[in-house]
Amino acid sequence: MVQKLGVLTETASQTGGPYVHIGCIPSFAGLPGVYPEDLGLSPMSDGAKGEVITITGSIHDGTGWAMRDAMFESWQADGAGRYPGQPGADPAVSGFCRFAADKDSGAFTLRTIKPGAVRGHDGRMMAPHISIWIVARGINIGLHTRIYFADEDNSADPLLARIEQRPRVETLMARPVGPGAYRFDIRLQGPGETVFLDI
Amino acid sequence: MTETGRLIPRRRDAHPVPYDPDYKTTMTRSPNLPLLSMESTPSEETGPRFGHGLIGALDNNLIVNFSKGAAPAIGERIRVHGRVVDENARPVPHTLVEVWQANAGGRYRHVRDTYFAPLDPNFGGCGRTLTDENGYYEFLTIRPGAYPWPNRGNDWRPMHIHFSLFGHSFGQRLITQAYFEGDPLIARCPIAATVKDRGQLDQLVAPLDMAASRPMDYLAYRFDIVLRGRRQTMFENKPEGM
Repeated sequence: MVQKLGVLTETASQTGGPYVHIGCIPSFAGLPGVYPEDLGLSPMSDGAKGEVITITGSIHDGTGWAMRDAMFESWQADGAGRYPGQPGADPAVSGFCRFAADKDSGAFTLRTIKPGAVRGHDGRMMAPHISIWIVARGINIGLHTRIYFADEDNSADPLLARIEQRPRVETLMARPVGPGAYRFDIRLQGPGETVFLDI
Repeated sequence: MTETGRLIPRRRDAHPVPYDPDYKTTMTRSPNLPLLSMESTPSEETGPRFGHGLIGALDNNLIVNFSKGAAPAIGERIRVHGRVVDENARPVPHTLVEVWQANAGGRYRHVRDTYFAPLDPNFGGCGRTLTDENGYYEFLTIRPGAYPWPNRGNDWRPMHIHFSLFGHSFGQRLITQAYFEGDPLIARCPIAATVKDRGQLDQLVAPLDMAASRPMDYLAYRFDIVLRGRRQTMFENKPEGM
């Protein structure tokens, strides 16, 4: 026998299911008025410093179908690379947003401030990125990924450098499609499968 | 309490398998390729914080929050309560807990739920609260009904309440479900069965807690939740390789 560690095990995840919107974004789900407004409507407010951008895309299952029921959360630094709560962070950037695939088309839109590069623990800079968490029916544990920007210098990013199959790096790149506009599609499975993170 | 250090890596064997043919939708919604594993960074170690100003007085009372107190929802009145702690057994204070559930007949108030059990005009089905300084939370609600769902020929969901938890960092984000002690449908549920570790599945089943019930009013169920913890060490900030 040995000493008892006393370390607990994380509670097991379960799927958010098809009605995750009821609990997280009830107005979107057709239950207006339970709360004054849905949580995480926007990751910023008026006066946020930096470039306002819009990222649109869709999320596809293994058959290529654009899913209509996924919900997303994003978390990001402000325009200067500071997370909310850190010294000097932009008070107009909450950094957190909830958004969902459209129930008819599957399209999603995230309107936010383009984040700045963030310094990692080892002093290396992480290229500008937005952390994304995805839940839906059939996803048993929420999927983490990141949105990077194809028009930034991503050459020294520590996470991207760890992707062995270099073409897969492209799955994490939002592509410019116009002034302040980007396209980012997510593929859960199969050809072009998005890199998901265990982080 | 200190909130420094890298997140403890997730024990994937403590979680449901992503691909499970008995839960058909997972077959096309689970990644085929391995997840990219790496140590957490400030992007995962920070996360949104929500203050008490967010929470309305009725938000954690699903019996009356949809009717704004005008009329109670139909169903067995229950209190669901517990503590949120991390893997180091430390309480997770002031963190947002969101719940959603079907009504007493097993019907969700959602445009896509077409089950013919009736909607309850006084039940919405969502609630939220913040844990207190000891990580404690509670809700008052009605016992959700079991319901059929299209999967295999005759699958039914056991009674359950969905829980969404933030912790204090984006990497702790968790959605899970609380089941109820004694429900024979748990053992038949392909979603519950995606958790292959029996002890971990048992931790999703809330026991009846008579001591926390109120005579002539409500039964109580206890549901404690463990979120990812952070590694505590004095050797955190050295560059890799040193």
